[in-house]
Amino acid sequence: MADLEHVDVVIVGGGWTGLLMAKEITSRTSLSVLVLERGGPVRNKAEYAAGMDELDYEIRLRMMQNIADETVTHRLAGRDRAVPVRQYGSFHPGTGVGGSGEHWSAVATRFLPEEFILATHLREKYGSAKLPENLAVQDWGFTYDELEPNYWRAEQMMGVSGKAGNLRGTLIEGGNIHEGPRSHEFPNPPHPMTYMPSLFRNAAADLGYHPFPIPSATLSQAYRNPDGVLRPGCQYCGYCSHYGCMVGAKAQPSTTLLPLLTKRKNFTLRTGCSVRRLIHSNGKAVGVSYIDGSGKEITQPADAIVLASWTINNVRLLLLSKIGDPYDPVAGQGTLGKNLTHQVGQTVQLFLDKPLNNFMGSGGLGMAVGNFAGDPPDSAASSGVFRGGTIQANAGGQGPISSFGRVPQGEVRSNWGSEWKKAALNWHDKEAEIISRDMHFAYRQNYMDLDPTYTDRYGDPLLRLTLDWTDHERRQAEMLAKVELSLAKAMGAKGVRSIEVIGSHYSAAAYQGTHIQGGVIMGDSPDQSVVNPWLQHWHMPNLWIVGGSCFPQNEATPTLTILAVTYRAADAFVDRYLKRPGALA
Amino acid sequence: MKRREFITLSTTSFGGLLVYTLAREPIRLNAQEAKIQVPLRFFTAKEAQVIAAACDRIFPSDDSGPGAKDAGVIVYIDRQLAGPYGRDRYRYTKGPFVESSPEHGYQGKANPQEIYHDGIQQLGPDFADLDAAKQDERLRSIETTMFFRMLRVHTIEGIFSDPMHGGNANLIGWQLIGYPGPLMSYRDAIGKFNGQPWRRKPMGLEQVLGRPVKGWEEEAG
Repeated sequence: MADLEHVDVVIVGGGWTGLLMAKEITSRTSLSVLVLERGGPVRNKAEYAAGMDELDYEIRLRMMQNIADETVTHRLAGRDRAVPVRQYGSFHPGTGVGGSGEHWSAVATRFLPEEFILATHLREKYGSAKLPENLAVQDWGFTYDELEPNYWRAEQMMGVSGKAGNLRGTLIEGGNIHEGPRSHEFPNPPHPMTYMPSLFRNAAADLGYHPFPIPSATLSQAYRNPDGVLRPGCQYCGYCSHYGCMVGAKAQPSTTLLPLLTKRKNFTLRTGCSVRRLIHSNGKAVGVSYIDGSGKEITQPADAIVLASWTINNVRLLLLSKIGDPYDPVAGQGTLGKNLTHQVGQTVQLFLDKPLNNFMGSGGLGMAVGNFAGDPPDSAASSGVFRGGTIQANAGGQGPISSFGRVPQGEVRSNWGSEWKKAALNWHDKEAEIISRDMHFAYRQNYMDLDPTYTDRYGDPLLRLTLDWTDHERRQAEMLAKVELSLAKAMGAKGVRSIEVIGSHYSAAAYQGTHIQGGVIMGDSPDQSVVNPWLQHWHMPNLWIVGGSCFPQNEATPTLTILAVTYRAADAFVDRYLKRPGALA
Repeated sequence: MKRREFITLSTTSFGGLLVYTLAREPIRLNAQEAKIQVPLRFFTAKEAQVIAAACDRIFPSDDSGPGAKDAGVIVYIDRQLAGPYGRDRYRYTKGPFVESSPEHGYQGKANPQEIYHDGIQQLGPDFADLDAAKQDERLRSIETTMFFRMLRVHTIEGIFSDPMHGGNANLIGWQLIGYPGPLMSYRDAIGKFNGQPWRRKPMGLEQVLGRPVKGWEEEAG
């Protein structure tokens, strides 16, 4: 075991949150900051261009963590035996510098104001008695209005393209009139709309909804952000989700944060370093222990630790390091691992009579309606739906393999052979999807702990997810499917196929989105949360835990909110904690 | 060392002598009959003939256009199975292995190489010599197996993946569906061509970049 020279701050994980914390701390203080990333070094644009290959990147998932080394186990309920997720299904966690922030699709929506006070909001609006059983949603410990300036910082840093629908309380048609008030118009205008989302926009307007362009963290034009980083506009090549951007138009940690960090003398990045334990004594974090690229075990002492890996690994490292009280759903005690959420969604495929050129596009290019997000119509609430979702039609760029073979329901008997092939060729490039991104409530029975059976490549226990849908999610999906079908019809669909994203049970095998939240949730009381509203550990003041693991529940696409909350944490760390190290009051 | 095995493919069917116009109309050029021999990395010649025949029933060469045989799908599958994917280098393979519900995906111990060897037994060593109706009958009888699901997915991958992976010979798959390849920019076309097809002669990634690119299957692992 080798002991290294002490650093002021060690950051575990080199993705969006780790590098944002590093950038804020190194640019505002002279502290030495070391980022440990377990994946490989940063990839440049030429390497991303050589990665414009659907098979290796979208199907074999070349940018993801090697699941052979480490995975999670899953069970539907506490009485079941968990089995390992042996191949990627419902989520695709990235690895290497930039993490999943390199391969995301760059949808950059804000959460609604009620989300931050959700427990209070639902109780006041509906009364506790009406709400779903075992509901565990909590307030965040701060409000939308308090977070708004940080949303704006994150949007400027990334250069989000979109159209405001609520500017300081004034509603503007063409933007999302259902969103919370924005202090500023978007930094960049929306992307040009392609044919399919334009049909969606017209259909939505005809049905009386308020369509708006999806906010996208891929630039619609060349843009220099307030940090001085210049990036070009999107080329609409369609290689977005599951790929790194080959021109740098998509906001990625490698193109927005790393260019600044590499100029800082107080910044060090070490790749190929897998952190296995956070070391602590007497209620204070003192360093981390990791295995380096050559397999050597190394101890890195530090004055403060920022845990900034993905949700799964944040929770797992705290459990393995025995920091905090593991959650016990039966006794209703403990906080670490509780409030596991993913994301609810419902998809309708529709078939049109004209070619769509689906290979062009950008991950966040599309139109959406917010009429069913947040509080649903009263009729839905009376049938037991208490929060809904955003319905959208993306032109994200479809690859030829994954888009091939879709035909309207009931048209052919088989999914192979001449008859199927002919139908699939006929409908190819005429198929589109209407999807929804819905609130996922937290429940007492959905949580994370260590698996008693399965281990990673070093022999450490895997994280175990106990997660299933409840009737509330099934009802949400039903409500949104109806709207999606009416939109498909209004778009002139010649055929449709409903995709059961929310089946009767949670599926670890079907792709949903890499949006797993909770486990290290924030809140205003140490009895109910692991970190305080500034993401500082309640019982270990020099340990800060950032990322989606801090969400008490998940409204929808989380990245922009994760970054806004990280800015808030960075401010608290630099402006308050460093001046008076200790628990923030 | 293993004896080198080859599969013999006819150039009139293997690849690009069938071409497509930009309006997606097929033209069959008068080709000279020739044979090429492709060295195999995983299958024996006999096994390759069985799999190639099965792929061509899944995605047949017929009056709606070229099929698995024309795209050289067998070469694609052979290379995938010989590489790290075929040996499950990217799947969690620690035990215990237990049966579970479909929500947990494939939980078996067998890797793709083993699944194919087993599948070839199920299809029968005489599979390539059967008539099409008999072949379809046998395939239907194994439709619900992991092997068949894999074979179907791999067939589609072999037709529509970048030619650097061994299939999609002469971009026949992309010609068939009007896919232009991984082009670097549609900035001038985006938001235009509403309901109109935007078609170009397809290009593979190496052509687009003007330099060689290696598939993941070429990496040792």
